[in-house]
Formats: sequence, C-alpha cells, structure tokens
Amino acid sequence: MSKSDDRALRRQDDQEAQRLLSGVARNLDRTAFAELFDAFAPKVKSVMMRKGATHELAEDLVQETMIAVWTKAGLYDPTRGAVSTWIFTIARNLWIDRHRRDGVMPLTVLDDYDPPSGEAGSDEVVWRKQEAQLIAQYLDEIPPEQKEPLILSFVEGMAQGEIARRLNLPLGTVKSRVRLAYGRLRKKLEVLQ
Amino acid sequence: MNIHHHLDAATLSAFAAGTLDGALSVVAASHISSCSACRAAALKAEQVGGGLLASLEAAAVSEDCRAQTLERLDRATLHRFPAKASSKSEFPAPLARLLPGMRLADLKWKTKAPGWAMVDLPLPAGSRGKLFLVRVGAGKSMPLHGHGGSEITLILSGAYNDRLGRFAPGDVADLDEAVEHEPVAEADQPCICLVATEAPTRFKSRMVRLVQPFIGV
Ligand SMILES: [Zn+2]
Repeated sequence: MSKSDDRALRRQDDQEAQRLLSGVARNLDRTAFAELFDAFAPKVKSVMMRKGATHELAEDLVQETMIAVWTKAGLYDPTRGAVSTWIFTIARNLWIDRHRRDGVMPLTVLDDYDPPSGEAGSDEVVWRKQEAQLIAQYLDEIPPEQKEPLILSFVEGMAQGEIARRLNLPLGTVKSRVRLAYGRLRKKLEVLQ
Repeated sequence: MNIHHHLDAATLSAFAAGTLDGALSVVAASHISSCSACRAAALKAEQVGGGLLASLEAAAVSEDCRAQTLERLDRATLHRFPAKASSKSEFPAPLARLLPGMRLADLKWKTKAPGWAMVDLPLPAGSRGKLFLVRVGAGKSMPLHGHGGSEITLILSGAYNDRLGRFAPGDVADLDEAVEHEPVAEADQPCICLVATEAPTRFKSRMVRLVQPFIGV
C-alpha cells in the first residue's frame, strides 16, 4: 500500500472513529464500542509493551484505557484533535498513574485543560480535521533523526535525558532535534492560518 | 495576562508525552493554565502523540481481555463533569491542587539569606526534581547561579529583570543547564516565583557555594 493510500485510510478512520464515539456518548452503543475496541486496543497494547509493560500489565492497561473511553466518551472534544490523540492522552495518563500509585502525592495534572465548551463550530471541526491530516503527513515526511526522539518520548515513554543516553548524544542535541521537529511542524501547519 | 516568556518546545513536547519530571510538570502546567499560546502548542504536541499512536503496528489483544472489557461496561460509572471549582485560589490550579486549602498568607517562609526566602513544596510522586516558592525582596537579587539540570521558574507576583529580559506574572523562564542568570526583583514589591529544578542549582560565588548546604536550594 502506498503512503498516500495509508493516509487516506487514517483520515477515514478518524471520521469513522468520531462517529462510533458519538454513538457511545449518546446511546451507550455497545456495538460501536466493540468496533472502537478492535481498532484501538491493539495500538494501545503496542504502546504499553513498548514502554516496557509485561503482556499482563499491557492488557490490564488496555482494559482501563478502553473502559475510560466508554465512561468519558461525552468528554471527547473534536476541536482538540483526532480520536487517536484523545485515546493517546488517556493511555498516557493511566501509564503515569500506574507508576505513581505507590507514591504519597496525587497525580500531577497533565490533562489540566477545560472540558469541551459545548458544541464546537463546524468550521473549527473542519479546521482540526485538516490539521490532523497535516500532522499525519508531517510524521511521514520528518527526517529520521528528528522522528526518533519523538517516538522514544511519546511511544516508549523515555525522558529526554534517557533518550540522550540511548542515542549516545549530548542532551542539548536531543533537545535541539526536538525543537527542529516542532519548527518543521509549525511550518507544515502554516497553510491553515 | 500579557505573557512574553514561554516554555521551550522541548519542554512542551516532554510535557505532552508525559515524560517531563513531576516537579517541572507542575510549573509547566501552571504556566499553560494561563497561557493560550503554550496551551495550543501542548495540544499540537499531543496530536503528534496521537499520530504516532495511530501509526503503530498492532499488538494482538487476547480474547479474554476483550471479553472482560465488554463485560465491565455494565458496571462502569459514566463520567460526569466535575462541578467547576468555585473557590478562586491565588495559586494556578495545578499548584493549588498540591496545596489544598492554602493561601499565600499561610505559607511559612524560611529566610535563606538577606533578601530572599523559600518554601519547599510537596512533590508529585515519582518526581526526582525539587519544587519550591522563592520570594526575592523588593530591589534584591538572587545570587548568580547556573543549573545542574533544567530549571523552570513561573512568576506569580512582582517582577524581576536579568540578562534574559523582564519577567512579570505569568512569564516563565525555562532554562537548561547551560544558562546562568542573576535575577533582580523590581523596586516596588517582592517577587514571588514558583520554581522547579531537575538537579541541585549551582551557585557561582564560592561564598554562596559554601553556604549552599545550609540554604538547601
Ligand atoms: Zn506560554
């Protein structure tokens, strides 16, 4: 499959995922939920395993993540990004939560954003959709030395210091590659302004 | 709030990935709570995370896991929006959560040297950094210091100047280990900042370095 076919599929996937998610939010539609499970649970498991979870822990966190998708479906805000982004943030927070559970302090608020502000304007939703497409394109185009630190950070959950050790680079070099990656993203998204 | 100094893109990325140290995350989240530019940038970084998730190869999920999840749906409690916190704290929300019910006036400042005082703050679990409030007296300076690791400072009240510019409420100084600075509070009022460091801050002057174990920065 060519890269552009793959992107077209992802784009469709997100529209389909939004439709399924709103079925869960409005009608507690279990069939829609099962479809979301089949689409996302294997990705979430993949992330958890790459962060170093055992098979059991990974499936445990898959359950937690997907149950949160069920209970929080009404909180999903399409203006904030793709469904995959929303599920990524849920999985990320559950992973962190699991690692801090034995500590004495409450979780640092990583998702300290407002709840969705009512119905989103359709312009904004369209705009976000275009943005999600551009981000998918960007991830296909970005040079490997800029993409690698992003994968190690977002997927494998490594801090920048650990990434520097893994890649045998000074920390400053890792940080500047990340900055370059976001500079490139800003350029890519300029067409939307 | 008119914000001139923002978080570094590398910091925002680590924050969105959930890999930023807990202490640094409290300061980053506190800045984001009042900075729409950094909030938008953090959301973009989250979308990078979502895009990477979508592009991952799938890992087979067992039939048990699927069946158990579907079975749990009946027992799961649906999420309701929490009532908006009505009590307006003087602290940014992420910090207020670490200091439940506290007001600025309740803080027990420990004078560390003439002109400046500190309060150590509780750390989020799993954090390896330090989190504290610093109060620099009107017209006073913090000694010149470099950093053993990252340091993020959020100005809560008053203002200070150093070679990087003027820092007023809402501004954040997001500095890595290479940067040295010597903030001087403006003359009209003390400057109160929320600071997180990743590793002990190193002071340049030998005198301050000698007293550092007692200052406890
Ligand atoms: Zn900002």
